[in-house]
Amino acid sequence: MKPLVPVSTGARIILGAGFFVMFVAVWGAATWSGWVPPLFLASPDRTLAAGWSLLTEFGFAGDIAITIFRVVGGFLIAAAIGVPLGLMMGAFKPIEAFFEPFVSFARYLPASAFIPLLILWAGVGEAQKLSVIFIGSFFQVVIMVALIAGGTRMDLVEAAYTLGARSRGILRRVIIPSAAPQVMETLRLVLGWAWTYVIVAELIGATSGIGHMIMDSQRLLDTGQMIFGIVVIGLIGLITDFLFKALNRALFPWASL
Amino acid sequence: MSRKTLRIAGVTRSFPGRGKAGPTLALQPTDLTVQPGEFVAILGPSGCGKSTLLRIVAGLDRPTAGAVTLDGVAVTAPGPDRGMVFQSYTLFPWLTVAQNIRFGLEERGLPLAEQAAIADRFIARTGLRGFENHWPRQLSGGMQQRCALARALANDPEILLLDEPFGALDHQTRELMQELLLEIWEADRKTVLFVTHDIDEAIFLANRVVVMSARPGRIKADVAVPLSYPRDWTMKTTPDFATLKARLMGEIRDEVRKAAMA
Ligand SMILES: Nc1ncnc2c1ncn2[C@@H]1O[C@H](COP(=O)(O)OP(=O)(O)OP(=O)(O)O)[C@@H](O)[C@H]1O
Ligand SMILES: [Mg+2]
Repeated sequence: MKPLVPVSTGARIILGAGFFVMFVAVWGAATWSGWVPPLFLASPDRTLAAGWSLLTEFGFAGDIAITIFRVVGGFLIAAAIGVPLGLMMGAFKPIEAFFEPFVSFARYLPASAFIPLLILWAGVGEAQKLSVIFIGSFFQVVIMVALIAGGTRMDLVEAAYTLGARSRGILRRVIIPSAAPQVMETLRLVLGWAWTYVIVAELIGATSGIGHMIMDSQRLLDTGQMIFGIVVIGLIGLITDFLFKALNRALFPWASL
Repeated sequence: MSRKTLRIAGVTRSFPGRGKAGPTLALQPTDLTVQPGEFVAILGPSGCGKSTLLRIVAGLDRPTAGAVTLDGVAVTAPGPDRGMVFQSYTLFPWLTVAQNIRFGLEERGLPLAEQAAIADRFIARTGLRGFENHWPRQLSGGMQQRCALARALANDPEILLLDEPFGALDHQTRELMQELLLEIWEADRKTVLFVTHDIDEAIFLANRVVVMSARPGRIKADVAVPLSYPRDWTMKTTPDFATLKARLMGEIRDEVRKAAMA
């Protein structure tokens, strides 16, 4: 192994899959051997069986759908407002000076701590779930996008000026395109965090969703179902991550040459 | 063909100090008048304020005192009438070669067909045919600077400001670029302000060489280059060239030493 030398695609897939196989093998060894009792940890096959019954008998697909809707919905609202605001803050320093201190403060407020308040304000319906995701992602998006936009290469801005661009052109044709790939990367990260908020939101005062199912399974001490729920979240995360990366490569071929 | 006269009158620039350090005087009061169509090379040791002077003419920096005027009109902000090629690579990485060249035309709102025609002409003139749809990352340093030159020229500026555009290139590429620039200048006769460290480059290209002192910069010598155009590389071996080179080397040696000791 040499530092920073890339690996081939084939080797990458084998290595990446290898860890999953190893992980499941260790899990299987620990449970099948009886070393960890099923009360604490279900074996891989029992987890799959629990998952199968969840999907076929208990309408778990609906729970998955509603959770995805909450995450993506709250995340999209946060991005739709947060990205433009962040870009404006990064580009125009008075706007940054106005919002930045508050946003920096607000982003340390834990979204989960708002859940009791939000239940009070918005009940236990979808508005409350979306609000939790929104609070959890919005301030992060704003602060990171502002930082990215503020870091636009000054020499490119100056080159644009000497080519006749004015403020509008600088924002539209330099700051935004130069920030775009990193903004997408930020959104990918924040979407990952949004998943952790939604589960917390569903643990309290929810009647549907993956988090709610996990909560229910705890009451029945069904570790198979709980683990299956967690694995599903991981899989969805893996898929969205993959989609995001593919989208980035398609949208910004210049950035990944 | 340029028509406007550039006047740099008493331009001074000092940068405010930070913390305990006092302000840095980068440029002493500097006067320079450049006639339309002149090719002026600015020669000086590192840190003498060449970039600062060029940036002030471009409108990217403001003088602490003095003024720059173009046909009597004060320069206060950057504009498309003063095109610039920078020392560093400044192509927009998200635009292809052709899109980079069209950047200024698009900003001016020219019809698409006209943009394409102009871009195409400069792609041909800078030898970038076949690379129109490449991203800047896919180009060599020499090609990137040719594209930057095409991008500035496509805007049809009054003045071309070139800040060591070939500074980062290897010797051979550099000589090719000099010939290319010369060819373009001989055809268009645009006013050029060309900053360089390289005496040969200054003589080969310019019809006037301005030597700057070590920091704080001021104009130490203003020398006409008595070589006729069109020029080609054989010029570099003529006695006239050698005489002028010896003279400029004398002028600049002391300054480089002073800059190195400072
Ligand atoms: N933004 C700035 N803030 C403080 N000092 C600066 C700034 N820009 C330039 N200077 C100082 O002004 C002086 C002149 O800088 P300038 O970049 O014009 O030199 P130069 O002649 O172009 O040098 P080089 O040939 O190395 O490019 C330098 O001493 C530099 O430290
Ligand atoms: Mg410089």
